[in-house]
Amino acid sequence: MAGKKRVGILALQGAFIEHEQAFNRCGAQSMEIRTPTQLAEVDGLVIPGGESTAIGKLMRQYGLDKAIQDRFAAGMPIWGTCAGMILLAREVADSDQFRLGLMDIRVKRNAFGRQIESFEADLEIAGIGTTRGIFIRAPYVEKTWGEARVLATYEDKIVAVQQGDKLLSTAFHPELTEGGEIHRYFLSLL
Amino acid sequence: MEQGTYKVKSGLAQMLKGGVIMDVTTPEQAKIAEEAGACAVMALERVPADIRAAGGIARMADPSVILRIMDAVSIPVMAKCRIGHFVEAQILESLGIDYIDESEVLTPADDKYHVDKKKFKVPFVCGARNLGEALRRIGEGAAMIRTKGEPGTGNVIEAVRHIRQVNDEIRWVSNLPEEELMTAAKDLQAPYELVMETARLKRLSVVNFAAGGIATPADAAMMMQLGCDGIFVGSGIFKSGDPMKRARAIVAATTYYNDPATLAEVSKDLGEAMVGIDISTIRPEERMQERGW
Repeated sequence: MAGKKRVGILALQGAFIEHEQAFNRCGAQSMEIRTPTQLAEVDGLVIPGGESTAIGKLMRQYGLDKAIQDRFAAGMPIWGTCAGMILLAREVADSDQFRLGLMDIRVKRNAFGRQIESFEADLEIAGIGTTRGIFIRAPYVEKTWGEARVLATYEDKIVAVQQGDKLLSTAFHPELTEGGEIHRYFLSLL
Repeated sequence: MEQGTYKVKSGLAQMLKGGVIMDVTTPEQAKIAEEAGACAVMALERVPADIRAAGGIARMADPSVILRIMDAVSIPVMAKCRIGHFVEAQILESLGIDYIDESEVLTPADDKYHVDKKKFKVPFVCGARNLGEALRRIGEGAAMIRTKGEPGTGNVIEAVRHIRQVNDEIRWVSNLPEEELMTAAKDLQAPYELVMETARLKRLSVVNFAAGGIATPADAAMMMQLGCDGIFVGSGIFKSGDPMKRARAIVAATTYYNDPATLAEVSKDLGEAMVGIDISTIRPEERMQERGW
């Protein structure tokens, strides 16, 4: 299934090494992506946690915005965690910051509060199972439409969404826990 | 639901990796930093170069300065407390700051002890010149480490010395047989369990940034190639001729640290860098890196 596939981890800023390690634990190949040329070598892309404004600016400056949109249009699956969820969204509440605008969701940034409100909690993910969610200055999804389908909520807030079989986003950080359930699930979409 | 766990504290530092944290003293500077692609800002009343020039006692910033900066940007905001000054840390936590830097840039408040950082929900970053110092701070609860360098000098040599020292000592303990680790812990003046963990991981268990003297994109890229996880720039940006351009260039250099052609491109026409200070002209008792126990 995922044996020969290679996952790209967008490595502009943020927790990209943690995703590489998580895919390694699943026995999958991954590589860091900093240029459009590197993006051409992978079968799927993870946009990691970090600062969405910082990642978005570098993405535009180095031509990765267009490259990612083109690869997505040609069928490449993408998974965004935290900042990655914000960058995938069509709408970001109270912000005109850059995003790729691929997912039919409206995301609210720092929606659970500042760092002292950051938390961990158990979550039930539809079709995947129970996992520990690490939420760090995390966003949540205020609204979905179109083909976006809610996979998980925490206290009635939407924290995981899938759209079709090519887009996945999580407000929390599966790369900071050991289980690998969501990494294996993303591999199954490749 | 659990808040303030070590996972959540060290997790924010992991999200800052590969990024640049910039010292700012006004909301306008904070917005420039955010616009340039900073992953966080450090809210201060004065940058280290000005603290060094002013002399006297340097303390936590006025809360109103910090709050105005927190209001101005959507990225995380850090602030500094004096070494050992646990009440300044309590005040910063009550403001809702995202990270506290228990910093040698300010005048120490305690000549023997650091803040007990485990008592706080807000995470702490601390400076270190060697592995023992890094592990003592982690032992006290720090969720992120940075080199001390020599702040406010625009001179990278001390930051280079410190990351090389930490890396040398990590390589050393990683190659020791287990029965030698207790004596290594004694020699390093570090907690034994953390020495064991470092030997197993072959790196620090928390994120390790560069700080203290970084002034150019090349400085930032050098620290990244030496193994740092990200960059703090203090005086280097807002003491330079064109802060926005230099800030953008240092952000790009921190991402493309292994690509000399991109580093050359972003290093062009940056205007005046901050005026640097030769370390040998600073008397040992005036070196900020000597602060901390």
